[in-house]
Amino acid sequence: MTTHEAVAGAARDSYSRIVATLIRITGDWNLAEDCAQESLALAVERWPVDGIPGNPGGWLMTVARNRALDVLRRASVERRKLHELAVLAAPPDDRPNGEEDVVDDRLRLIFTCCHPALSMEARVALTLRTVAGVPTPDIAGAFLVSEPTMTRRLTRAKTKIATAGIPYRVPTGVALTERLPGVLAVLYLLFTQGYNTDGQPAFAEEAIRLARLLARLMPDQPEVTGLLALFLLQHSRRDARRDTAGNLLTLDRQDRTRWDHAAIAEARALLAGLPAAGPYTVQARIAAGHAGEQSDWPAIAHWYDVLAELQPSPVVLLNRAVAHGYAYGAETGLTLLAEARSGGKLDGYLPAVAAEAELTARYGDRLRAELLFRSAADLATAPAERKALLDRAAEM
Amino acid sequence: MKYMMFVCTDTEPETDPARVPDIGTWVDEAYGSGKAVMGDRLAPVETATTVRVRGGELLITDGPFAETKEVIAGFDILECADLEEAIEIARRHPMAYGGRIELRAFDPLP
Repeated sequence: MTTHEAVAGAARDSYSRIVATLIRITGDWNLAEDCAQESLALAVERWPVDGIPGNPGGWLMTVARNRALDVLRRASVERRKLHELAVLAAPPDDRPNGEEDVVDDRLRLIFTCCHPALSMEARVALTLRTVAGVPTPDIAGAFLVSEPTMTRRLTRAKTKIATAGIPYRVPTGVALTERLPGVLAVLYLLFTQGYNTDGQPAFAEEAIRLARLLARLMPDQPEVTGLLALFLLQHSRRDARRDTAGNLLTLDRQDRTRWDHAAIAEARALLAGLPAAGPYTVQARIAAGHAGEQSDWPAIAHWYDVLAELQPSPVVLLNRAVAHGYAYGAETGLTLLAEARSGGKLDGYLPAVAAEAELTARYGDRLRAELLFRSAADLATAPAERKALLDRAAEM
Repeated sequence: MKYMMFVCTDTEPETDPARVPDIGTWVDEAYGSGKAVMGDRLAPVETATTVRVRGGELLITDGPFAETKEVIAGFDILECADLEEAIEIARRHPMAYGGRIELRAFDPLP
C-alpha cells in the first residue's frame, strides 16, 4: 500500500467520524471540516517521512482535535469558547464504550444533514460534503451548478442549522419513525443520482457506503437494511445494464453472468429474516426476485401486491399488473393493467403502453398488439427504444 | 432560543375538522409548560396601517391589502431549547391544520 493509498483509505474511514465528533464538541461546522481537512493534509506530508501510523484514524483524530484546540485557544478571548476549550483539552476518552459515542456522533451528523427544515437539495449536498467527504467541486459538477453556487448552498445550509437551532442529535421514539424515511430518501436520491444515465457512478457507491454505515448504526431498523439490500441488488447489474452502444437493456436481455453475484448474495443474506416493514424492504424483495437464474414471477407478483398496499401509485400498479401477467397469464395482467389505468394517470405514459402491447401480444391478439407497439413507438424519444418497439410491431 | 411563531392562514387547509385539535388544550400545554411566553391574535389585515418615512416626510397609508389569502393572523413567542422543541409545539396548534405556522428564530442584537 502506498502512502497515498493509506491516506485515501484512512480519509474514507475517518473523515465523517472526525467531522461528526468535532461538530459535537465545538458546534462549529466549518471549524470541524477545516480541521479534518488539515489533518489529512498533514498525513500526506508526514506519513511518507515518518511511516504510516499503527492507528491511522486515531492519528488523524488527534491531529484534528489539536488543530481545533489551537484555533479555539487563539480565539479564546471570546468567553463562550472557553467551555469548548475545556472539553477539547480533556484527555481523550478511553472508556470501553468510547467507540459507541463516536458512532453516535456520525448518526447525529446524518440526521442533522437530512433535517426536513433544510431543502432537499441542501440535504443531499450537505450529506455528500460532510458525511461522505466528497469535495465541493465534485458535488457541484454532479448537480450541474458552478462551484461558487454549491459553496453558497452549503454555507446557507450550515447557517440555517446554526441560526434556526436545528439540534445536533438523533430523534427518538415517534420522532425517529417520522424522520427516518426522510434520511433514507436522501440516500435513495443520492443512489439514483449515481445510477442515472448522466449521473456520477461514484455517488451510487457513496450511497451504498452510507447505507452500510446507517445499517450498522441502526441494526433494529429493517427499512435501513432493506434500503442497503435494494442498493446492492440494483448496483449488482451495473456492468450488464447497457449494450455496447450504451443503450439500457431490460432485465431479460442482460447477460446475467455479468451481474455482481457477491453483491446479490450479500443482499439475500440481509433480507433473510427481515420483516417486510416498508417500501424499501418490499422493493428489495422484488429486486431479489429478479436476481436468480430466471425471474421468480409469482414471488415478484406477491411483493408487488404488498407494495401496492403501501404505495398505491399508478406506476406501482402498472408494474404489479405486468408481474401478474408473467406469473398468472396475460389475461390477468391485462385486467390489472386496465384497473391501473382507470384513473387516467398513465395516459400517454410509454411504459404503460409498451406493457399493454407486450401483454396483448402474449394474449394472442397480434393485430391489436401491433397497433399498440406502434403507439408506444410514437411516444418513445430515444431512437434505439423507438426502433425496438417498431421491430416488435413488425414481428406481429 | 427564542422563536417567533407566526400563526398564518393558508389556501389549502386540512379538510377534516375532526383532526383539528382544540386551541384551549394548546394554550394550556404551551403556556403551562412555560415554553410559550406571550402571544395573541391580531386584528384583521384590512385594519393594518403602514408607516414609511421617505425624504424626511412621514407617509401613512391604509393597508396593505395584499392580494394573497395567506396572512399573519396571530403570533406566539416561544422559548425553546432548539428547533425540534419549537416544531413539537407548533404541530399541536390548531392553525397548523387550519392554516400554517412559520417559525423564525430570534437573532438577538449583541
